[in-house]
Amino acid sequence: MRPVYMISGGITKFAKAHPDKDFRLMVKEAFDYAMDDVPGLSRDLIDGSVCSYFSDHFTRQLKAGAMVQDYLGLCPMPSRRIEGGGATGGLCLQAAWEAVASGRMEVCIAFGFETMSRVNTWKGNEFIAHASDTNFDYPVGGFYTGYYAMMVHRHMHEFGTTVEQMARVAIKNHRNALFNPYAQSPAGLSIADVRSSPMVSTPLTILDCCQMSDGAAVAILASEAAAERLCNRPVRITGVGCGTDAMRMADRPHGRVILLPHESEEDYRDLKYPGVHSFRGGRTAAKLAYRMAGITNPVEELDFVELHDAYTSSEIQTYEDLGLCRYGKGGLFVDQGCPFMPDIDYGSDAPARGERCLPVNPSGGLLACGHPVGATGLMQAVFAFWQLQDTVGKHMGNETLRVRGAKRGLIHSHAGTGTYITVTILERA
Amino acid sequence: MNRNAKLPETEEGTILFNTDPIVIRHHYEIDYIHSYAQDSPFFAGLAKKKLLGSKCEACGHIYATPRGHCMECGAATRWFELPQRGRVHTFTTCHFGSEAFLKETPFTLILVEFDGVDTLFMSRLIGVEPDEARIGMPVRARFVRNCKFRPTDVYFVPE
Ligand SMILES: [Zn+2]
Repeated sequence: MRPVYMISGGITKFAKAHPDKDFRLMVKEAFDYAMDDVPGLSRDLIDGSVCSYFSDHFTRQLKAGAMVQDYLGLCPMPSRRIEGGGATGGLCLQAAWEAVASGRMEVCIAFGFETMSRVNTWKGNEFIAHASDTNFDYPVGGFYTGYYAMMVHRHMHEFGTTVEQMARVAIKNHRNALFNPYAQSPAGLSIADVRSSPMVSTPLTILDCCQMSDGAAVAILASEAAAERLCNRPVRITGVGCGTDAMRMADRPHGRVILLPHESEEDYRDLKYPGVHSFRGGRTAAKLAYRMAGITNPVEELDFVELHDAYTSSEIQTYEDLGLCRYGKGGLFVDQGCPFMPDIDYGSDAPARGERCLPVNPSGGLLACGHPVGATGLMQAVFAFWQLQDTVGKHMGNETLRVRGAKRGLIHSHAGTGTYITVTILERA
Repeated sequence: MNRNAKLPETEEGTILFNTDPIVIRHHYEIDYIHSYAQDSPFFAGLAKKKLLGSKCEACGHIYATPRGHCMECGAATRWFELPQRGRVHTFTTCHFGSEAFLKETPFTLILVEFDGVDTLFMSRLIGVEPDEARIGMPVRARFVRNCKFRPTDVYFVPE
C-alpha cells in the first residue's frame, strides 16, 4: 500500500427536491466545483472513478453510474458502482482509496448522489425499509425510524439516556448548519421545539430524524506524486476501517465488548454487547481505522468528527462506538457540551460552556445537511477536507464552522441497523 | 413499403405535475414469484400456530428468528419450537411508517426475548394503548386463523 491523499472536493446544495436537475447534472456540478479547485488537474490525468448511490428504486434507473460516467466525460476509463445502504458514500471513498493505494490509479474520482424527491416521503421510507430483511422484518411494519426507536428505547433502559440529551444533538447540528450554505435544514431549536414536533416512532420526533434529500458530492483522491504536483494543500487519508453486523437487529448476539486501546474489560463487566443499543460494526470500523492511523486515545487525538447522525439517538450511540466516551456515557458526553463548537451560541437549552472539547458534526451532519444517501459519506469527506485544508471560509463563505488548528479528523458512514459501517481518518499533510 | 405508415393514436394521457421542468407521473409495479426457500418451514409453522426457531447443535447457539445456517460457526441448524411466552426486549409505537403501513398507524413494534434463546424476534404488539408497552413486559404469541404465510401471521398480546 502507498500513501493516498484527498486533493479536492465538491458538493451541491442539499435540498428537499432539485426537480430541475437529474442525478447526472447534480454530480456534474459537484465535479466541476472540485475540478475548479485543482486547476492543474485536467481530465486526461484522471485514471478512473468509483460511483456511489444507494437505491435503484429512487433513481428509477439501473446502472445509473454509467450515465454519470459518460456525462462527466470519463468514458472509456474504468469505473464501477459501490452500494452498501447508508454507508454507500463511505464505502465508495474507501474503494477510491484502495484504487490509489494499490497503485492501480494515480488519480481517482469518487462521486455519489441520490435523488430521493422522486417519490413521496412515505414511499421513500418504504424503499429504505426494503434494506431490512424482506422475509422477516419489512412485512411486520418495516420502517427505519421504528427500528432506531426500538434501539434507543433499549439504550435509555440500559444507560439512562434521555430524550432531552437527544434533543440537544438536534439543537447542535441544526444550529451549526445555520453557517453551512450547503445544508438543507438549518434552524435554531430548543428542547421544546424538538419534543413538540410530530412524533414519528416513540421516542423519536421528526426533529430527531434526518430528512430525504436530493444532492451529490465528489471527492478526488490521488497518489503522493500526483498530490504534490496538483494540490498545494493535500490531505492525507491515514486510516480506513470497516465493520459489519447481522442484517436483522433481532439477530445481534450478546457477548463481550470489542475493546479499544484506551479501554479495559473492567469497564464493561455487566454489559451484554452489542445488543440492539450499540453497533459492533461501528466499533470494529473504528478499531481498524485507529490502528492504521496510530490513534490510541481518540478524543485526545482527533480535532473533529463528522459522523452519520441519521437520528439524534444514533449520534449518541456512535460517540460510544467510536470510543469518544465509554459505552453508556453518550448522553453525558452531550450534557457536558463536548461535541459542541466552542464559539457558537446554541441558545438557552445548550449545555454549559467550558467542557467543549471535540466538535462532532460541525457541518450540521445528516440531521441538518440532509441525507441524499449516496452523496452523504462523500459530503463528510468534503467537509473534513475543507477543515483540514483550512479552507472552510473560502468554500462556505464564512469562518464560523472552522475548527481552529484542525490537524486530524474522523468521518463515519453507517448503513442499515449497523450492517455496514466505515470509519476514515484524514490528516493535514 | 408504406410511406404513409402511421401509429394509431391512443387516448391515454400523462399526468403532469409541472411543465418547467416537465415532471410527470411514472407508474411501476411488480409481482414477484417469491420463494421462502430454506425458511419455508417457519411460515408453514405459523399456519399450525407454531413459532419455529433454529438451533445449532454444533455450537449451541439458539436463534429466535430462524436461519438455515449458524452465523457463529457455519453449521446447519435444526428447527425447534419456540416458547409462545416471552418478554418485550424493546418497543416503539409508530405514528408514521412506510407507505404500505401508513393506514395501520399507530402500531407498536417489539423485539421479543425468550428464556434460553440467544436472539430476538420482531413482531407487533396489540392490545396495548400507544406507550403502554414496557421493556420486560410479559407477552404471549397469538396467530391469525386465515394464514397469509407472512411473519405477521403471528403477533403478541400482553399476558
Ligand atoms: Zn453454531
